[in-house]
Amino acid sequence: MRFKLLTMFAAALFLSACASNSDDTAGGSNDGASATTGTTDQSSSVDSSSIQGPQPGSLEHLVVNVGDRVFFGYDQSDLQAEGQKTTEALAVWLNSYPSVTLTVEGHADERGTREYNLALGERRANSVRDYLVALGVNPNRLQVVSFGKERPAVLGSTEEAWAQNRRAVFVVN
Amino acid sequence: MNLLKATRGIFLAVAGTLGVVVGSFPALAEINVNITEGFVEPLPVAIADFHGGQPEEQLIGRDIAEVISSNLERTGLFKPIDDKAFIQDRNSLRVGVRFGDWRLINAQALVTGKIQVQGDGKVNVEFRLWDVYAENMMTGFSYTSTRTNWRRIAHRISDAIYKRLTGESGYFDTRLVYVSETGPQNRRQRRLAIMDQDGFNHKFLTNGRFDVFTPRFSPTSQEITYLSFEGNVPKVKLLDLQTGREETLGNFKGMSFAPRFSPDGNSVVMSLADRGNTEIYSMDLRTRKFIRLTNDPAIDTSPSYSPDGSKVVFNSDRGGSQQLYVMDVNGGNVKRISFNKGRYATPVWSPRGDLIAFTRLSGRKFYIGVMKPDGSGERMLSEGYHVEGPTWSPNGRVLSYFKQGKSDSRGKVKSNVYTVDLSGYNERQVVTPLDGVDPAWSPLLQ
Repeated sequence: MRFKLLTMFAAALFLSACASNSDDTAGGSNDGASATTGTTDQSSSVDSSSIQGPQPGSLEHLVVNVGDRVFFGYDQSDLQAEGQKTTEALAVWLNSYPSVTLTVEGHADERGTREYNLALGERRANSVRDYLVALGVNPNRLQVVSFGKERPAVLGSTEEAWAQNRRAVFVVN
Repeated sequence: MNLLKATRGIFLAVAGTLGVVVGSFPALAEINVNITEGFVEPLPVAIADFHGGQPEEQLIGRDIAEVISSNLERTGLFKPIDDKAFIQDRNSLRVGVRFGDWRLINAQALVTGKIQVQGDGKVNVEFRLWDVYAENMMTGFSYTSTRTNWRRIAHRISDAIYKRLTGESGYFDTRLVYVSETGPQNRRQRRLAIMDQDGFNHKFLTNGRFDVFTPRFSPTSQEITYLSFEGNVPKVKLLDLQTGREETLGNFKGMSFAPRFSPDGNSVVMSLADRGNTEIYSMDLRTRKFIRLTNDPAIDTSPSYSPDGSKVVFNSDRGGSQQLYVMDVNGGNVKRISFNKGRYATPVWSPRGDLIAFTRLSGRKFYIGVMKPDGSGERMLSEGYHVEGPTWSPNGRVLSYFKQGKSDSRGKVKSNVYTVDLSGYNERQVVTPLDGVDPAWSPLLQ
């Protein structure tokens, strides 16, 4: 649920960014969350233009259509059911955009020691990588890196923040 | 009879060298500070301003006495007596120690000294440590160095006093390298920084444009190995403190981290992560060849050599959770040594070889503790919401580490470097300009 909220939030952010930049039209596709505005009053001289959706194959496009992260349990690196679903959707998406290469970043919460958490983050990133490879993604398109506990996504020392910081994040290269 | 003049004949004042023995003195047992027991009543010590004929010499003399005084006070083993209580003044001390005057203010030991700025601009500093009750001199040294080096002279004198009174070598003429931090959790700027053990002569070594962690000294204190996120891939680096030259250790695709020098300084042991498997390797600094030490699908990290170089203690979750293991230096004969409740991490072998310090996570708390290399005799020395990463003073009597508090919803967080005695008493914060984590203690400087 948290993940879906994040995705919607990212989508909303993206749309608002586009709305303020609407003369940038280049025949955007209707993939995912792109939107079209128009006028209903034909007699007025208001021009209509379509708001461009995310560039297909871009990180924004991935965020909107698949999501850019999966979460893990405390000191765990196995993909949970929701993380598996996200990774499966990621594999489909990667197959649609064969030129895209991806880095999977592994992260940990702050409740561990620095060096172990770097190793744990690497193991989490590789859980995603291994599953993608099992789903047929060419391993040459995938890189992994870990930042351990050093780059939290959510601030604060709460259970909720820790849960969201135990993550693997997909970055389009 | 002028005591100073009487002994001058055996002074060997060699310009440019620090530390010259001022003769030898019979080992007397009147004063003996026991530093192995838990809480000890601090020994009252009087440290008189070092005498100087010229105003400049007097200033240096007072500064040196102050540095010695705060060094000794910070150990928790000594109680410097306020100089307002002194009966005998500096000028008459030149002529001779009136031991009765010092007994009256309960001083057990007395430190006196003399400064002379030489013709070549260098300073010569002599000091003497007196046993007030036995009425004799316990030790004395003469040092000559450049004027800007006066703090190091004060630290060397502190080490000599500590050694004579405790029977253990000191740790004052040392430095700490650590990671200076500032800013909120998600935009924390981190810079390598180095300072004297008392926080003076602070200097930043990196610019903060990329994250750095876990710096560790080479046995000569001339080089530092550390983890850098420069280029967005964690890599082990080597920095030469004299030349400022920096290089990445090892030419391979993945991540490397958790570096530490071998006791002979010829290799660096570290973790390499590949395909979800973190293993320990040692790299020979001359041949640049890696030797793999562990071979297990689990996480193997945070290696630290025993001081004789024959064993390595490390962190692994091969048994299901993070625990401490000891192996032979070639990777054989692996034995688990931590068995109590919780998870164990960041083991560091004491320079004396007798203990291993570690971070322990149990319940909702973190601890700094020590155990013998066979896993027995475990005890905790510090605890908190987050304490991590112990490092040993070169005499194996004091640990430094960092403490970090909870962060608020805007990512505001505090972290600081601390020290604590092996007894678990006398925990002190090391004052740094900004926040600090990941301290590493140098060996005694050469």
